[in-house]
Amino acid sequence: MSAVFEPIAARPAPIKTEGLVPWVRRNLFGNWQSTLTTVALVALFLYWLPGLAEWAVVKAIFRADADVCQAARGEGACWGVVAEKYRLIIFGRYPYEEQWRPEVATLLLVGLLVVSCIRNFWKPWLAAVWGVALGAFFWLMYGGALGLTVVPTDRWGGLPLTIMLASLSIVLAFPLSVLVALGRRSDMPAIRTFCVIYVELIRGVPLISVLFMASFMFPLFMPPGLTIDVLIRVLVGITLFAAAYMAEIVRGGLQAIPKGQVEAAQSLGLSYWQTQRKIVLPQALAMVVPGIMNNFISIFKDTSLVTIVSLYELTGALGLALNSDADWRPFKIEGYLFITAIYFMFCFAMSRYSLWIEKRLNVSKTR
Amino acid sequence: MSTHHAHDHHIITFDKVNKWYGNNFHVLRDINLNVARGERIVICGPSGSGKSTLIRCINRLEEHQEGHIVVDGTELTDDVRAVEKVRKEVGMVFQQFNLFPHLTVLENLTLSPMWVGKMPKKEAEERAMAQLKRVRIAEQAQKFPLQLSGGQQQRVAIARALCLKPKIMLFDEPTSALDPEMIKEVLDVMIELAKGGITMLCVTHEMGFAKAVADRVIFMDQGQIVEESNPHEFFNNPKSDRTKDFLSKILGH
Repeated sequence: MSAVFEPIAARPAPIKTEGLVPWVRRNLFGNWQSTLTTVALVALFLYWLPGLAEWAVVKAIFRADADVCQAARGEGACWGVVAEKYRLIIFGRYPYEEQWRPEVATLLLVGLLVVSCIRNFWKPWLAAVWGVALGAFFWLMYGGALGLTVVPTDRWGGLPLTIMLASLSIVLAFPLSVLVALGRRSDMPAIRTFCVIYVELIRGVPLISVLFMASFMFPLFMPPGLTIDVLIRVLVGITLFAAAYMAEIVRGGLQAIPKGQVEAAQSLGLSYWQTQRKIVLPQALAMVVPGIMNNFISIFKDTSLVTIVSLYELTGALGLALNSDADWRPFKIEGYLFITAIYFMFCFAMSRYSLWIEKRLNVSKTR
Repeated sequence: MSTHHAHDHHIITFDKVNKWYGNNFHVLRDINLNVARGERIVICGPSGSGKSTLIRCINRLEEHQEGHIVVDGTELTDDVRAVEKVRKEVGMVFQQFNLFPHLTVLENLTLSPMWVGKMPKKEAEERAMAQLKRVRIAEQAQKFPLQLSGGQQQRVAIARALCLKPKIMLFDEPTSALDPEMIKEVLDVMIELAKGGITMLCVTHEMGFAKAVADRVIFMDQGQIVEESNPHEFFNNPKSDRTKDFLSKILGH
């Protein structure tokens, strides 16, 4: 006698587990502790909200009138400071009549960055577009050709400087970090040692001292008559600094790739560089997207340190705009909130982009 | 360079090959082995006997320190071009499949023809589809490896290795990581391949496979070739006590 195997047909779960209502019930009112916490937090929020709204909106002064702002101090925010000083905060010491130039240049650069984030545009011609756009950027910013007056780099400032420093050091530091990470795992002792020394040396010092060295000490070692613009020196400093940190993140990803992947690629006849480019790096970098993006965001904000070598990027330009003006200096906090919002906008965009990338890269792992 | 000129029908020659891992682990000891063109060899032995290392020396995934290995007229040395030439002629299938998880099945197969063989994409895809049909898995071409069962993945791995049209196929315990129900589908593909006349070296404990297709069975222990003979001799009339002991353990139940 043999028993007949009868498979049981699959059926849907008895209680709905997906959707808004089940989510709220499970996460906000799951048991009495979480119900209590939810209620307490909502109450606290409702208690604070009116006061905040009153300060930020209802009693706030939006006109650029220092006397009115002074009268409303302590009760309402003075957004007038932004209305009065925004050109100085955004563009720093760049000549007032020429400020359309950094505006166009920055829009160009941001547009290029957005385009570069879209996969459909990852074609060889994108590199050429980058070359042309960077040429246009520096022509607009520096001038000196085709009818534009020269604006020396020490007059550059504000948001254009922040975006330029951040995006160029990110674009340069990322490939460098991949090379250094590969170098640290190289079979060749000279390359390996060089990469180890580079990473350990850079990680051992704060960014501020790297910038100081780039700005004040480096020129002392140059032959007389040869000078390199401080902006370039600072850019190289940030790039080298960021690359050392990112190299270690990339190396973490490289270590997670099973040896069998490399062996399979070798057995198929792929060369070292083909193996790295086609097999190892796509998998290793996909694993470290959150860490890499963490670093990108931190580079963006670290550019504010260039103020100490007298380059007035966004944060520095705010100080420039308010410190010397006794009428508006009291409203620095509103100014800081303004640039905070600008920083947040960029960093949040980067963070969302990283999540989107992760989701795309996970396609091959879903069953 | 020694005697291999006199034996042109030998596609692989090991001449007194020795290999060490580190300073002390002597993993291959005085290996002499000639493989004829089209010959099908099964290598078995206890774990740690050096059988995997032996076949991994053939495409230089492992380097030997003494002796000579000549593959299809090319001696394996530090010369990168010699290694690249040999790897184009030798396909390999691994115990853990080692498919590239970030590429689709089709991309896994076209990678080497396109980048090593410099073949246009369309031609590489046609060749890949032909190989996928051969291992009866063409309908999965657009899936990612992790979406397939173990047996299917190993068949894809075999198809991938065949895409460069190798003269020699190496199998390193190809069924050891598979669920029992999937072993047969992989062995069937291997048997079919063996009948096609390709030179084959297979490390396996599937003795049924050895009896069905092998021209020669090699038994290794402690880095040495203990015994080699045709399957009939090997299973029915083993010469050394070590072989008898091993066979009693794997066939004994």
